[in-house]
Amino acid sequence: MSTSAVGADGVESVEEFRARARAWIRANLRPLEAHEEVGIMRPTRTDEEELAAVARDREIQKALFDAGLAGICFPPEYGGRGLTPAHQRAFNEEITGYEYPQRLQVPTFAPCAAVLLEFGTEEQKRAHIPAILKGEEIWMQFLSEPSSGSDVAAALTTAVRDGDDWILNGSKIWTTGAWWSDWGLCLARTNWDVPKHRGLTVFILPIAAAGVDVQRIEMLNGVKEFCQEFMTDVRVPDSDRIGEVDDGWTVGTRWMFHERMSSGSPYVTSPGTSAHHRIGPDWLLDIARGTGRLDDPLVRDLVGEGRVLDLVGAALHPRLALGMTTGRLSDQAAAIGRLYSGVCATRLTTIAFDIAGGAGAAWADDDGAASDVGADFLMRQTATIGGGTTEMARNVVSERVLGMPREAALDRGRPFREVPRGGRSGG
Amino acid sequence: MLLELTPDQEVFREATARFLADRVPPEVIRRLRADPAGFSPDYWSAGAELGWTSLLAREEHGGGPIGDAALVDLSILAHEFGARAAPGPLASANVVAHALSTWGGEAHTAAVEAVLSGESLATCALGEPATPGEPAGIRVQVRADGGDVVLDGTARPVESAAGAGHILVTARVAGAAGLAQVLVPTAAPGVTVTPMRTVDLTRRFFAVGFDGVRLPADAVVGEFGEAGEQVERQLQVALALSCAESVGAMQTAFDLTVKWAFERYSFGRPLASYQELKHRFADMKTWLEASHAISDKATAAVDAGAPEAAELASAAKAYIGDYGTELAQDCVQIHGGIGVTFEHDLHFYLRRVTLNRALHGTPASHRARVTGIFENLKEQA
Repeated sequence: MSTSAVGADGVESVEEFRARARAWIRANLRPLEAHEEVGIMRPTRTDEEELAAVARDREIQKALFDAGLAGICFPPEYGGRGLTPAHQRAFNEEITGYEYPQRLQVPTFAPCAAVLLEFGTEEQKRAHIPAILKGEEIWMQFLSEPSSGSDVAAALTTAVRDGDDWILNGSKIWTTGAWWSDWGLCLARTNWDVPKHRGLTVFILPIAAAGVDVQRIEMLNGVKEFCQEFMTDVRVPDSDRIGEVDDGWTVGTRWMFHERMSSGSPYVTSPGTSAHHRIGPDWLLDIARGTGRLDDPLVRDLVGEGRVLDLVGAALHPRLALGMTTGRLSDQAAAIGRLYSGVCATRLTTIAFDIAGGAGAAWADDDGAASDVGADFLMRQTATIGGGTTEMARNVVSERVLGMPREAALDRGRPFREVPRGGRSGG
Repeated sequence: MLLELTPDQEVFREATARFLADRVPPEVIRRLRADPAGFSPDYWSAGAELGWTSLLAREEHGGGPIGDAALVDLSILAHEFGARAAPGPLASANVVAHALSTWGGEAHTAAVEAVLSGESLATCALGEPATPGEPAGIRVQVRADGGDVVLDGTARPVESAAGAGHILVTARVAGAAGLAQVLVPTAAPGVTVTPMRTVDLTRRFFAVGFDGVRLPADAVVGEFGEAGEQVERQLQVALALSCAESVGAMQTAFDLTVKWAFERYSFGRPLASYQELKHRFADMKTWLEASHAISDKATAAVDAGAPEAAELASAAKAYIGDYGTELAQDCVQIHGGIGVTFEHDLHFYLRRVTLNRALHGTPASHRARVTGIFENLKEQA
């Protein structure tokens, strides 16, 4: 690991860190092409291309680690730099416009590594955090189930104690890229005779463990990145339990906090621009130009709306992160950011579709930015479903941020075994 | 408003908050509806002592910031004005103080000192931001004539013009491209000031006519025909202050409505227990925090003269214009009939965000401006 310049107090200042990061990034990473999209799931990408991209992400992460630029806000004893969110923000700014290990950010660094840091044993942290920071372990959330999406505490995946091990059975779903990932953070039921929140326990397991069958799900646009796992008598040692038995909801609450923080988390590298994300104002401008409609005042209004929403989001997320750091806002305010992002992304997708005009309905391969916009529109709601629905975010904002009365729940206080369950599994 | 104020900023904010609570509580604002000026002269001069007019002016004129970011400090006052629907042309007066102090000459010193002390009111007619440096909606022409300048045309709406000693007028140079700014005494021959009706209870607007108004050339502020950049800068200041004020009004409207939702019972339950309403409150809370965030970010950029200031100020104006009024109208909806009565306070804040949405460019005109700036940005990249 390279030695880093440090200030008089032994801590690398933000500006020293920024200069070091800038020099390294420029010397070692590839600048992105003007319209290159980063890390998003495209139906046009082959499995080989996807695996090559995953390998490159791991390689960059390893190089960042060797350069002393990985795990900026992770503690030094687990291979991190022990620096501040301000250092991470400086890094985000410096890496903007360059390739970066997008697939390792969410959910590996947050929520998974963040949960390990908070609840893992010393052995667990030493075993996994350095490996994560070196790009050796990509993590997935084994959280949603076919029978419970928003109601995650109603998990049916069962863990039964067997000597020093636990035996897991059940199914998890909506893991993005589990087919090329390494470890899962898994919420399972360990007690059916208490109310649902009090009978859960969190485990970690290798996705390649015996008894885990990963199936890829084809989405309506042809993407096969989402997966479903079927776990049959999967043996997990008790040493791979996170937190106390039946206290999984204590872990789960923080898990979901870190999930809502998403790219606003200090553990996550998130370039300060949406320029290389498909859903963003640059894309709108490209579609407008490509379809020859940029001079249409109606189209210009739509581009402006998209750009405004993007700029506002870029201002909102740091405000929420700051407020949660200083305590001026409750941790639950992360749901405000989640709600904004979801609503903003769906609106931008609609705007893109409307700007594309007829190319939204039928497009040619050489239509450039307007290609696939129709398929994106069909997938629009993923932005307000994945990572916790915006309905759940609205419940959290109203109940936990504004203190409004909780929704009535017919399962409250009832042993989970007695709670009615529908037959239809939607996820 | 910023989540974290410095101790100095907090002292500064609290002084104005206490003053406004004492001098213009809701029952006084209701009465001021009938007041031709919307406030009394001693209200404004007392406010000047609290720093309402001096932050953006140079120290030699008696001004100066309390911290190192004068516009950020001033935006804290603007937020307080919005939160209390306070009377007074805060943005206009500060734009004039800023303009005279930055671009004015010797001839303007007395005027700027009078504005800073609160002894005299000054206001401005800026036009609207369109393309940066080329404001729209300017219907006053100016021509040089010997050693004089002569103005013709109409400016509207001009805030507090009847009570002002001076109006800083932005005019197109006759027969040429370019703008000029002229400090016009309202007593000058040929100036007519006609009251207009407005949505706000205490803010007053006027149509100001210029019929061959002849002034010595030293009334010109900055370079004759070269005022595009300074006008753009002043518009950004006005946008930042108007946004901070709207966010203050949004905050109060929201807080009032949250309180109402807990207190009001229908069908044996508080309104706050209905998921339909809870979800709307969640949306409003999101708009509110987003508005705080973009307003603060834009203000800091304008204060620093950052390259992104024009775009951020317009983004803030477009977003807060749309969502400020959307929030206030939904607060009315959740209040029901009482929300559209004169007796209730809610309309104070609805009026303020409505006024600010329409002044200095509509959301749509700012979206168009953002698109132009963004397009240029991408072409340069």
